[in-house]
Amino acid sequence: MKILVAVKRVIDYNVQIRVKEDGTGVVTDNVKMSTNPPDDNAIEEAVKIKEAGKATEVVAITVGEEKAQETVRKALAVGADRGIHVKVDGILEPLAVSKILQKIVDKEKPDLVFMGKQAIDDDCNQTGQMLSALLNWPQATFASKIEVKDNKLEVTREIDEGLETIEINFPAIVTCDLRLNEPRYASLPNIMKAKKKPIEEIPASDLGVDVSPRLEQLKVEEPPKRKAGIKVANVAELVQKLKNEAKVI
Amino acid sequence: MEYDVVIIGGGPSGLSTAIKLKQLDPNLNVCLLEKASEIGAHILSGNVFETRALDELIPNWKELNSPIKTKVTKEKFLFLGKTKSLSWPTWLLPSVQQNHKNYIISLANLCRWLAEQAENLGVEIFPGFPASEILYNEDGSVKGVATQDMGIDKDGNKKDSFEPGIELLGKVTVFAEGCRGHLGKQLIEKFELNKGKDPQQYGIGFKEIWEIEDKNHQEGLVMHTAGWPLDNSTYGGSFMYHAENKQVFVGYVIGLDYKNPHLSPYDEFQRFKTHPAIKKIIEGGKRISYGARALIEGGFQSLPKMFMPGALLVGCDAGTLNMPKIKGSHTAMKSGIIAAETINEHLKENKDLSIYEDKFKNSWLYKELYEARNVKPSFSWGLILGIIFTGIDQILFRGKLPFTLKYKHADHETLKPANEMPKIDYPKYDNVITFDKTSSVYLTGTNHADNQPVHLKLKDPDLPINYTLEKFDEPAQRYCPAGVYEVQKENNVNKFVINSQNCIHCKTCDIKEPSQNITWVTPEGSGGPRYGNM
Repeated sequence: MKILVAVKRVIDYNVQIRVKEDGTGVVTDNVKMSTNPPDDNAIEEAVKIKEAGKATEVVAITVGEEKAQETVRKALAVGADRGIHVKVDGILEPLAVSKILQKIVDKEKPDLVFMGKQAIDDDCNQTGQMLSALLNWPQATFASKIEVKDNKLEVTREIDEGLETIEINFPAIVTCDLRLNEPRYASLPNIMKAKKKPIEEIPASDLGVDVSPRLEQLKVEEPPKRKAGIKVANVAELVQKLKNEAKVI
Repeated sequence: MEYDVVIIGGGPSGLSTAIKLKQLDPNLNVCLLEKASEIGAHILSGNVFETRALDELIPNWKELNSPIKTKVTKEKFLFLGKTKSLSWPTWLLPSVQQNHKNYIISLANLCRWLAEQAENLGVEIFPGFPASEILYNEDGSVKGVATQDMGIDKDGNKKDSFEPGIELLGKVTVFAEGCRGHLGKQLIEKFELNKGKDPQQYGIGFKEIWEIEDKNHQEGLVMHTAGWPLDNSTYGGSFMYHAENKQVFVGYVIGLDYKNPHLSPYDEFQRFKTHPAIKKIIEGGKRISYGARALIEGGFQSLPKMFMPGALLVGCDAGTLNMPKIKGSHTAMKSGIIAAETINEHLKENKDLSIYEDKFKNSWLYKELYEARNVKPSFSWGLILGIIFTGIDQILFRGKLPFTLKYKHADHETLKPANEMPKIDYPKYDNVITFDKTSSVYLTGTNHADNQPVHLKLKDPDLPINYTLEKFDEPAQRYCPAGVYEVQKENNVNKFVINSQNCIHCKTCDIKEPSQNITWVTPEGSGGPRYGNM
């Protein structure tokens, strides 16, 4: 069994995001970038399945600019066998990524495609679902537990009401939640070994996919600053303020 | 894993060592460990950069898209009173403080660029791997280092994700951790490298990056100030560098030999920005970065021996900063270049590592540090006498006076009891020009994976409350620039709290704690700040 895992390079979750002065986007120059956190869970789960003898190959793929390859290299350092880097510059929307992944799936013929439930930069939460539609494969989103049974997956999903367990057939798409597992560290020797693992570079133009954005971005701005709170002397004043000023009761 | 050379630390000195080694012999196996999540993320510096060492290391740096772009075009030096300021003519400044040939840079970006050059030469760079332990051969010489174990919980147990540290062995190990490196500190003690030297002197430096209004920005302007808000007996001053993209780098440095335990270096910096001469520049602008780091101020008299069996110290792990010049990057790089030449001859011709000292003595680096040696100690007589003496020493005699002033105390010995010193009433933060520590630390992007052992170790866990609080009003609450240390009252009982996840790796606590009760050790890899262009 072969598992394809999609990983994305995003601004590190510890970095305070800063909006560009001209409102065209956020500052990324000299900003620490990392793998999208739930994508780390996706890789970890795929590697665990392989270590349990239930998969034979884990392939990591990223779509993006030159430096996006770092995320594939990191996936290789924590256990993926080989990598694919589809090179494309500029803004990429989930539909374009899904179409590229579709082409790669046609070529690689994996049994499972894993990825994070959403990316922490644009929070779209669409790529997995769109890929599922394009391929007409079953999907299990927000997975917090995955069990592989013969040609079937039992997936526990995190939903509003609690946990939902579903069973889906192969081939399938699974998008992973942060609670799925605790990603391992890349050890130094494994980072060195990863440097020797192959990464296939494919220009997006070779795949015949139209990656031009479908959305027009009007403006990016910071959320309004929260006003400072005030101290009230007693309950009566609080009720009075909630009623007359905040108008919530 | 075995290498020819193992380098600890990816700052200017370590990267220069690595680059020079590969230039001298491309076949050398060189690896470099960095505790930050990426090269540059733990680098913080003013920085007005003198290119002398870089000119020697990479002569064609201008053609290689280096991040050294903004030439210094104008200089100012101000003496600040509480509301007034007096501009000091720059021609009356000692030549070491003149910057017209220098550049305003982000040292973090320079390090990122140096790392690229090093990797192109085949240096193996591993960010996210702190060296936590020194390994020794049976004959006592340094054998290499071990990296930190990953995935240990706060009680010391192995988590599922546990990944053991590994041993990296080098024919020579180079320690380039920067000011108060935690391994360098152990080596200096073990090999008595500071025997016969004056105690090392330190400062704490703050830096903020502001994006300011066009009308207030003069790209290339370098301004320094002395005076307010510090009193005459506290050593320190400010910098303000107008960089590209409408940014200014505003910062403050305070000598850690200050005496009043009520002094809060952070708050001195914050209120400095409210001075009319400063406020008018940043007003209407936006603060986008904050950080702090201890720096070396001791210079020549305090510089330890920089070689020992199997290992060398470079840069500020030894202490090569030139204080009157307010620069340490070019000297750190030069020490790295000399170290690389030493190692190459040691490996090829079996020369002893002690030739490092001879090479150092014959270099411009030695001459620079020698001539600068009397400036900082003269300020122990106060700001005014210090300035008069510095004028005589630097302008008339160009550092060649036939005597060397001494440092008498280490910085942790200088605090006076809290009840003998005046309390300082710092103004409230206005959230426009001045900010509290919490929102500042937020800008550093610092983080340490939770559920790991506290990396700020107390030799005696009861000392902060039983002694330091009583005698010095626990100054850790104030000297820490990140709010790591707090004294909290719980049911009327004082408790010393260490918020180690806030730590920005400045090392001030390790230096200033009056009983040397706090030891900074490496946290799990990638922990600490994520500085951008600091």
